[in-house]
Amino acid sequence: MMNTKPTCAELELGAAVITPGSAREYETGDWRSFYPITDEQKCIACGVCWIFCPEASRILVPRKNKGSALTPNFYDFDPKYCKGCGICAQECPTHAIKMAQEEI
Amino acid sequence: MIDISKRQRIGIEVSIAHAEMVRLCRPDGIAAYPITPQTHIVEHLSEIVADGELDAEFIPVESEHSAMSTCIGLSATGCRTYTATSSQGLQLMSEILFIASAMRCPIVMGIVNRAMSGPISIWGDLSDIMANRDVGWIQIFGNNGQEVYDLTPCAFKVAEDHRVLLPIGLNQDGFTLSHVVEPLETLTQDDVSSFLPPYEPKMRLDPDNPIMMGPVGNVEIFTEAKKVHDDALVASRLVIDEVFAEFGEKFGRNYKAVEEYKTDDADTLILTIGGTLGETGHVAVDHLREQGKKVGQVLLRVWRPFPFEDIRRILGGRKLVVVYDRAISLGGPGGPVASEIKTALYGQKNAPPILSLIAALGGRDVRWKHIVEQVEQASKDVGTGKLPDYQMVGVRE
Repeated sequence: MMNTKPTCAELELGAAVITPGSAREYETGDWRSFYPITDEQKCIACGVCWIFCPEASRILVPRKNKGSALTPNFYDFDPKYCKGCGICAQECPTHAIKMAQEEI
Repeated sequence: MIDISKRQRIGIEVSIAHAEMVRLCRPDGIAAYPITPQTHIVEHLSEIVADGELDAEFIPVESEHSAMSTCIGLSATGCRTYTATSSQGLQLMSEILFIASAMRCPIVMGIVNRAMSGPISIWGDLSDIMANRDVGWIQIFGNNGQEVYDLTPCAFKVAEDHRVLLPIGLNQDGFTLSHVVEPLETLTQDDVSSFLPPYEPKMRLDPDNPIMMGPVGNVEIFTEAKKVHDDALVASRLVIDEVFAEFGEKFGRNYKAVEEYKTDDADTLILTIGGTLGETGHVAVDHLREQGKKVGQVLLRVWRPFPFEDIRRILGGRKLVVVYDRAISLGGPGGPVASEIKTALYGQKNAPPILSLIAALGGRDVRWKHIVEQVEQASKDVGTGKLPDYQMVGVRE
């Protein structure tokens, strides 16, 4: 992966990207000023947030409190790529997601 | 079509001559939209392609925005690429012009200079190219038919040099040059092929080696990308000089970034850009010389990268320099060329007084007598405090 802060001499001609598939190495998570907090007790793992997420940043993770769960996993966010747009919170049918401000 | 098997001296319309030379440069792709006064160039090229005289893709498009976008695509795939436009067409391309140069696409574009509307005008001036001064292209001017013809292969050679890889706009004055039949000496296909080898792209779109050209340049790299671009444009001057020298050696016609006419002992200079005032200026200088006045002329051939050092060397120590612009920076410093000249000379110990004259807008005729009168008036005014910063001449106030 190219250094994310290259010098002039390190730039390719016309600032071209010469490594195929390198977009996955560009972590858009640092654009985020809000992040989603998912209440795993309310999440029914329906996948609506996964469908709507524009950054494919909704990921299935194991529940911490398995006793009350409908499913073994629930949807949380991937901090590497989540831009904090809040679409998941808007779309969640059980209102399981709240947006909270990132702290510096 | 010209016989390309032997050198000839012929009379030919400059637009057609330029198109004929583009043919000899063997572009792989041409995308263009016709606009007055560039029309004859692309019409002739489309005929050349249709007649099978040039093996190129001629892509007619629905606008100049699409023309330049298509040219970027052609160039990115490794094609030698040509287009041409004028005035409103150039301005419609404008946002893509920045991208073509930032992506380092060595496109050659014939620009037939015409006034920007409004009021609506099809006639010549330089307000089109001056509005696109900062698009990051190399910008050069041909002052007569022979120059436009000769500078065409030079443009491809400079643009495609791996030390450059930047697009070039080759400017010629609309109508007063583009539509005039002039005598010129032609070159053969062998001549041009020996001077201009096939284009070898340094980087191109290729499914077997995928790359992304023209990506987002976020905050982390945008400034660096601009610095590299500026450095490349400045450094292209070396290659421009080399290519002009090689052309002169091969074909006996010598070009310089800044041309001089009778400047050796001149205390007063006129400075022009573009063919109309360039050639009229010659006649005016000859008449002033006949009166015993030590007047010479400087002609800017290379507008970007701007030839700062040449201007300092040639203009320094003169009593007066009258700069002619065929465009005006409204509400600004007057003529865009004069503004650059002043920048070049600011802080120099031997900087001459500069008079910026705005003339020949929208095809307004300027005759040698007008230039003689203007130079004589300025010679009287210099040193009296009466010399204005800039002045529009030939205007009914």
